[in-house]
Amino acid sequence: MNVFKKLFAVAGFAFAGLAFAPAALAQEAPDALVKRISQEVLETAKTDKDIQAGNQKRVLELVEAKILPHVDFQRMTALAAGRFWREATPEQQKQLTNEFRTLLVYTYSGAISQVKDQKLEFKPMRADASDTEVEVRSQVLQPRGGDPIQLNYRLEKSPSGWKIYDVNVLGAWLVETYKGNFAAEISKGGIDGLIKALSDRNKRLAASAAKTAKS
Amino acid sequence: MGPALRIMTLTAVLALTGCATTHPQDPFEKFNRAMFQFNDTVDQAAVKPAAQVYKTLPDFVQIGVGNFFGNLEDGWTAVNNLLQGKVADGLSDVMRFTFNSTFGLGGLLDIGSEAGLPKHKEDFGQTLGKWGVRSGPYVVLPILGSSTLRDVVVLPVDIEADPWHHLRPAHTRNIGSVVRAVDQRAAVLDASNLIEEAALDRYEFVRDAYLQRRQNKVYDGDPPSSAYEFDVGPSEASGNSAAGSAPGNAAVATNPEPVQGAVVEVEQNGAGATNAKVVEKESKQ
Repeated sequence: MNVFKKLFAVAGFAFAGLAFAPAALAQEAPDALVKRISQEVLETAKTDKDIQAGNQKRVLELVEAKILPHVDFQRMTALAAGRFWREATPEQQKQLTNEFRTLLVYTYSGAISQVKDQKLEFKPMRADASDTEVEVRSQVLQPRGGDPIQLNYRLEKSPSGWKIYDVNVLGAWLVETYKGNFAAEISKGGIDGLIKALSDRNKRLAASAAKTAKS
Repeated sequence: MGPALRIMTLTAVLALTGCATTHPQDPFEKFNRAMFQFNDTVDQAAVKPAAQVYKTLPDFVQIGVGNFFGNLEDGWTAVNNLLQGKVADGLSDVMRFTFNSTFGLGGLLDIGSEAGLPKHKEDFGQTLGKWGVRSGPYVVLPILGSSTLRDVVVLPVDIEADPWHHLRPAHTRNIGSVVRAVDQRAAVLDASNLIEEAALDRYEFVRDAYLQRRQNKVYDGDPPSSAYEFDVGPSEASGNSAAGSAPGNAAVATNPEPVQGAVVEVEQNGAGATNAKVVEKESKQ
């Protein structure tokens, strides 16, 4: 019974988020936005029994509802592709963005499933009110002590609120880290080669995610 | 100076194996890839399985082991913080080391962190970085893994400064070193699993992340921000990314959405990149 209650609660949460997102977020400051969504995700990840039990499909749903609306995947993909982005056709750009998004959602979901007693700590933001690009800095405190995990975000201002376009984990930026991988695949098989490499990987991840959703 | 000699030999070997590659900071890619492969084999065969078993031990045992060896590093961290002119951090490290070594039962308990003396981790390579010495090429060491030429050269200093290294009898020291290595591996088990999923080419992924991470440590988490080479600026396609196109749905690849969002104006370094200051990266030679 309890599980069902929680499920409904989360589903309701997600719907409410989707419905009111554009209106409510227009005014929300970038650091407040990141704080809110990460706390919501952490909270759900800690309390949701299915997620704690390793059901990846539930995590994917959580990420879709809470995080995806606030990420500019297209720019993220374009930056990772670097100079090759301009060589890609609009159709290739679209496919690449889709596959990269899927891969990132899978890996991010993998990280969320490992959340237990971590706490988030935000550092004061250094930005002017007129800035259209900002960096939000936070760190994850581990329950066992040890070095905190640095977690920073770059955000851009868009008509529908602030959007994340790069993430820094433990000092490494996501875009910069993927750049080499992208360039290597493109030099081997062109843009289509990269799209295929990503989609092959995603298919593998999808197969293993399906296994965790025993229902 | 056994280790020093070994590392000098290694440096010589590296210099000889250098060859033309794509990444400017990785002239030894061929050697590095071989080492990466070797380390990976050792890891899969022995270290990772050991770490997985270690993970099943009671938490207090794992925490105690991590704290004990972590405490041994704190003395050297204090020295390096002082060498870098970070007096407040250095003094905090000295206090931390003193507290944990005494009231913390030889380092088993990390009461320093609870008393508001957080752990910093500094080695001599970071100190040199702070002094302006560039990291030089990326180097993968056998067993020890990712490093850079600068850090390899001063590795003997770090080893000499490690109290455990001077412990006798050697038998006890070796057992301790193995436990320490397994504990450190166990701490990154989840992370390494993630990398296996996320990376297309694990070697490059690890290298590119490591070099940034190391640079980040030299600057204590606040490195000069780098600009993107080809920035297209924000894509205006609002809401587009939210629509059902995540892996939960089966129709990811053939998502029949309006293509509008995909048409991107290429405005290189346009109004977008205001906040990212262009600073020359350490990797530039």
